[in-house]
Amino acid sequence: MLEETLKRIQAHKGVIGTIVVNAEGIPIRTTLDSSTTVQYAGLLHQLTMKARSTVRDIDPQNDLTFLRIRSKKHEIMVAPDKEYLLIVIQNPSE
Amino acid sequence: MEIVYVYTKKRSEFGRQCNFSDKPAELHVDILPDPSLTDNFIDRDPCDVAIQCTQEMSEHEVNTERFDCEPCGINHVEGGWPKDVNSQEMEQTIRYRKKVEKDENYVNTLMQLGSHMEHCIRQNNTIDIYQEYFEEEEIVEEMEGQPSAKTVNVFRDPNEVKRTATSLSWHPDGSCKLAVAYSSMEFQKVTKDMSYDSYIWDLENTNKPEMTLKPVSPLVCLEYNPKDSHILIGGSYNGQIAYWDTRKGSQPVEMSAVEHSHRDPVYKVIWLQSKTGTDSFSASTDGQVLWWDIRKMSEPTERLVLDPSKKGNLDNALGAFSLEFETTMPTKFMVGTEQGVVVSCNRKAKTPAEKIVCTYSGHYGPIYALQRNPFFPKNFLTVADWTARIWSEDIRDSSIMWTKYHMAYLSDGCWSPARPSVFFTVKMDGTLDIWDFLFKQNDPTLSLKVCDEALYSLRVQDNGRFLGCGSQLGTATLLEISSGLCTLQKNEKALATAMFERETKREKILEACHREMRLKERSRSEQSKEDEAKDGEAEESAEELVACAEREFYEVVEAEMKKRGKDDKKEKEKYERKLGKTVSNENIFMFTDYLNTSSQEF
Repeated sequence: MLEETLKRIQAHKGVIGTIVVNAEGIPIRTTLDSSTTVQYAGLLHQLTMKARSTVRDIDPQNDLTFLRIRSKKHEIMVAPDKEYLLIVIQNPSE
Repeated sequence: MEIVYVYTKKRSEFGRQCNFSDKPAELHVDILPDPSLTDNFIDRDPCDVAIQCTQEMSEHEVNTERFDCEPCGINHVEGGWPKDVNSQEMEQTIRYRKKVEKDENYVNTLMQLGSHMEHCIRQNNTIDIYQEYFEEEEIVEEMEGQPSAKTVNVFRDPNEVKRTATSLSWHPDGSCKLAVAYSSMEFQKVTKDMSYDSYIWDLENTNKPEMTLKPVSPLVCLEYNPKDSHILIGGSYNGQIAYWDTRKGSQPVEMSAVEHSHRDPVYKVIWLQSKTGTDSFSASTDGQVLWWDIRKMSEPTERLVLDPSKKGNLDNALGAFSLEFETTMPTKFMVGTEQGVVVSCNRKAKTPAEKIVCTYSGHYGPIYALQRNPFFPKNFLTVADWTARIWSEDIRDSSIMWTKYHMAYLSDGCWSPARPSVFFTVKMDGTLDIWDFLFKQNDPTLSLKVCDEALYSLRVQDNGRFLGCGSQLGTATLLEISSGLCTLQKNEKALATAMFERETKREKILEACHREMRLKERSRSEQSKEDEAKDGEAEESAEELVACAEREFYEVVEAEMKKRGKDDKKEKEKYERKLGKTVSNENIFMFTDYLNTSSQEF
């Protein structure tokens, strides 16, 4: 079931890569090459932490559910969790 | 009341050591309360006394040692593998990963996150939420209603005796300052208490000029140096040129020597384009155009006499009223003269005779303003007598476009630096006209009465939005014109080019026609001259011509009288029929006189 989900995600139009990272920053699953994966994993982990702390600082009842970074070339989507992080890089429709 | 205790001591006992001994208390002074003194005092009841009961505190400042912070980034190289896993070894890492993947928590979490993620991915694929709509279409601005201009500020001459504001110059960097030259242009109207000063005004402050310039003789024209905004050059009424540095004060830094200056008031001075930024030239009605380098004002660097016969004869020279210089054409310049002729000159010519290239005549009075169109340098505007005319450099005999004859003299004009088809003129009745010849050719697009007295000078600021006009009583008015008149409309350049070309072509054709007609006339007159020579008649002498003229005159008079006589007879017969009796001859004469006078009244 999990495999199918991940495969389906990867198969969507415009998706460049998928990464699953754990709380220590170790990439569990990835479709990109290892150096890129490590870079994404480390940087996005920190960013997610920062974003989450920002949201909670403003309102302690609130929590971060999703993080989307749109850049000129593509969009990085991060679905955070307590222990894991699901990162998808997609080229939006244009 | 003084309290005094007196004791005596023998002289012989002075200086002796003191022996102290106890003594019982003695009452020396006893002041008893005197109730009568209470009358000098008033009882105060209740008494207000402020008491504070707080903790006593003291203030003390402490400065901790500075805490040095340094931001630094971390370059993540490899994940935080647990101690027992060697990150380099593939097997160990794979084994670790597989272990994590088996974890139930992992599966559940990822399923959840996965569904969330899919939603967003699908969202992205469906709609580009950051799409820019109407990106290619330019924002078309509607013409904001009617063209209008409104007065923003009025700067009045602070002196008692008012002088005319003859020239204005904008500060080169933006619209913050305006220099105005004041002088009295009317002959012999200068009084003893008329001040010679000219002022630089700050646009915000209308009460007091920002700086005063004190020349030796009143300034007729004044210009800021476009390269150095602290330097101004001014031409004065007595023919001298002076230049100021605003950092150095109100007195001119240097003045030109009187012997080498102009002999008439200097009507226009313009800065030239040069590497040093110190060159300028001036024109005056004494017929000379002089070039100056402000570093050496003792004599002009070059001199040109505006003699149309190209002989350099000062007596023949045309008096110069206005100058024109365009930085895109640095070798050419034009001079507008008192005689209504525009002289186009080439600066780089070798001999003075070649300096004057050509002349354009067509005005009846002195040319007060002369300016090339900033977008189309081949066409220039002249403002003189009662019209403003637009010329093309190629057509010498007449202007290509002209305004109608106005009721008042036009005293100054200039093009708008923002739009090629807009120009401004000011008149002696105090009105400012804004012309847009793409919109209306017969009348100005906007005509504003700025003040009751005559307007003498006009200057548009470089962005085309503000303009200043100077009046006879020394009032400089600052106007702001509506954005429609100072923003370039679409196709405007193309339309203006088309219009100029069309008018130029028309004039060329007319000129060609005239030339042909003249040639025909000449050839015909030559032909007739030949015929006369064949007849053997000598040239008619003056007396014969006079006799011939006399003969013709008398013939015409007699014919007229005969005709009148016939008319009178007819009238007489009509009158007789009316009255039913004959009228004597004397009555006829009176009657005809009466007829003549009555017809004259009509």
